[in-house]
Amino acid sequence: MNNPLVEPSLGLMIWTTLVFLVLLFLLTKFAWKPVLKAVKERESKIDDALKAAENAKLEMAKLKSQNEDMKQEALAAREAMMREAKETKDSIIAEAKNIAKSESEKIISSAREEIKAEKNAAMSEIKNQVAILSIEIAEKIVKEKLGADEKQKALVDNIIEEVNLN
Amino acid sequence: MKFETYFKSLIITSLMVFASLSTFASEEKGEKEAFDPVEFAIHHVLDNHEIHVWGEGEDAFVIPLPVIVFGSEGMAVFLSSEFHHDDHGHHIVEKNGMQFVKNHDKIYELNKGEHHLKYDKEGNLENATKPFDLSITKNVATLILVAIILILVFRAVGKHYARNGAVAPKGLASWMEPLILFIRDDIAKNNIKSGYERFMPFLLTVFFFILCGNILGLIPVLTNPNLTGNISVTMTLALFMLVIQLIYSKSAFWKHIFMPPGVPVALYPILVPIELAGIIIKPVALLIRLFANITAGHIIVISLVSIIFVNQSVGWAGLSVPMTLFISVLEILVAFLQAYIFTMLSALFIGMAVEEAHH
Repeated sequence: MNNPLVEPSLGLMIWTTLVFLVLLFLLTKFAWKPVLKAVKERESKIDDALKAAENAKLEMAKLKSQNEDMKQEALAAREAMMREAKETKDSIIAEAKNIAKSESEKIISSAREEIKAEKNAAMSEIKNQVAILSIEIAEKIVKEKLGADEKQKALVDNIIEEVNLN
Repeated sequence: MKFETYFKSLIITSLMVFASLSTFASEEKGEKEAFDPVEFAIHHVLDNHEIHVWGEGEDAFVIPLPVIVFGSEGMAVFLSSEFHHDDHGHHIVEKNGMQFVKNHDKIYELNKGEHHLKYDKEGNLENATKPFDLSITKNVATLILVAIILILVFRAVGKHYARNGAVAPKGLASWMEPLILFIRDDIAKNNIKSGYERFMPFLLTVFFFILCGNILGLIPVLTNPNLTGNISVTMTLALFMLVIQLIYSKSAFWKHIFMPPGVPVALYPILVPIELAGIIIKPVALLIRLFANITAGHIIVISLVSIIFVNQSVGWAGLSVPMTLFISVLEILVAFLQAYIFTMLSALFIGMAVEEAHH
């Protein structure tokens, strides 16, 4: 222990203790506390900011997917409306066609009936005309050949028969 | 950086040249005493009662420091210049009825009626006692300088945060914050699992104290004070660590010592004393590591510079100066490394003591 290099001196140890304690106290008060506090605050600030950014990102993604959903819904609604409109159009056209067809059929049948009635009327008219004509013919014949009764009678019968047949 | 180191080694060498040239000057005057690098180096790394800037003997430029001693008749305070550069116990300073002499930078109080120090055959003092020495030595002056530098620097850093709150660091703060965060994240958090915040002030103060002391020891203009290479200083720092470790130690720590887990009871008589000794060995290893590393650095630089003077030829500067430069740059690394290691091991030992039982 005679080597002065490894011989501790009590005086220097006391001074070191004193200076170190003063340093510890002053530095803790003036430096370590404010510095560590500020650094910690800053770290939590950065942490919060990062978390907020992450949240905003999530929110954005949510909004985006919501928008996507809404778009899809709108597209589907348009599709449905289009389909419905087409169906309505088709049904209207089909109905119109049906109505037109039945109407035309009605018109045709009524025309037929009219024609038939007209025809019947014309026929009876013709018959009347024929009767009048035949009477006139008969008158003329009668005026000419009133001599032979038998013949006359047969002729009249004959004519009537013919008329009836018609 | 490069420029600084060049500049520094230039100053180192020129100072050493100055110091030793005057040695030769006095040698040439008569005494045929050869330059002794060992004595020169040891004298340098030890604590002194004065700041020896250059020169030798009566021509030396020396800053005297106050001597504060408590002898048989009470306290005596005087300047070290009153010894008139005598370091071999010849010049007696009389204060308050006590006679003081200085021998190899130690103050002795001569017994009454004695006129100079006498040693017996074993080299023990015969006629003097050692007073309690509370002098402001070179190391105490450096200690105060370290304290002033640290307080100025970190008050400015602290002010930046106190004024601006939680903002990005600027100026001096941006230089110190990475170091502070390094100590918090890589030293404290890694080694002290729970409640590391309690020990942050101690770890930070120890780190910057050692770092500043190491760096001051590399500055030749300040005559390379060997503060952190002084065993009293490193011992005090290690004692602080030990006291903190013991105060905050949890029962798990002591259980580990007195009942080592997984060890047969038969081995307890061997293991328990070893574990108990470990409590003391850890801080001792801590104090010797710092002391030896820093002192070795100083001795190497002086030895390399001494090459010139041992060979008594300026030509050797071609070898000496580049090697000194290399070691000086290496010492900058060592300054950071040793501060880091001391702090890291302190945190590790404290962490071991405060750890809760969970295995």
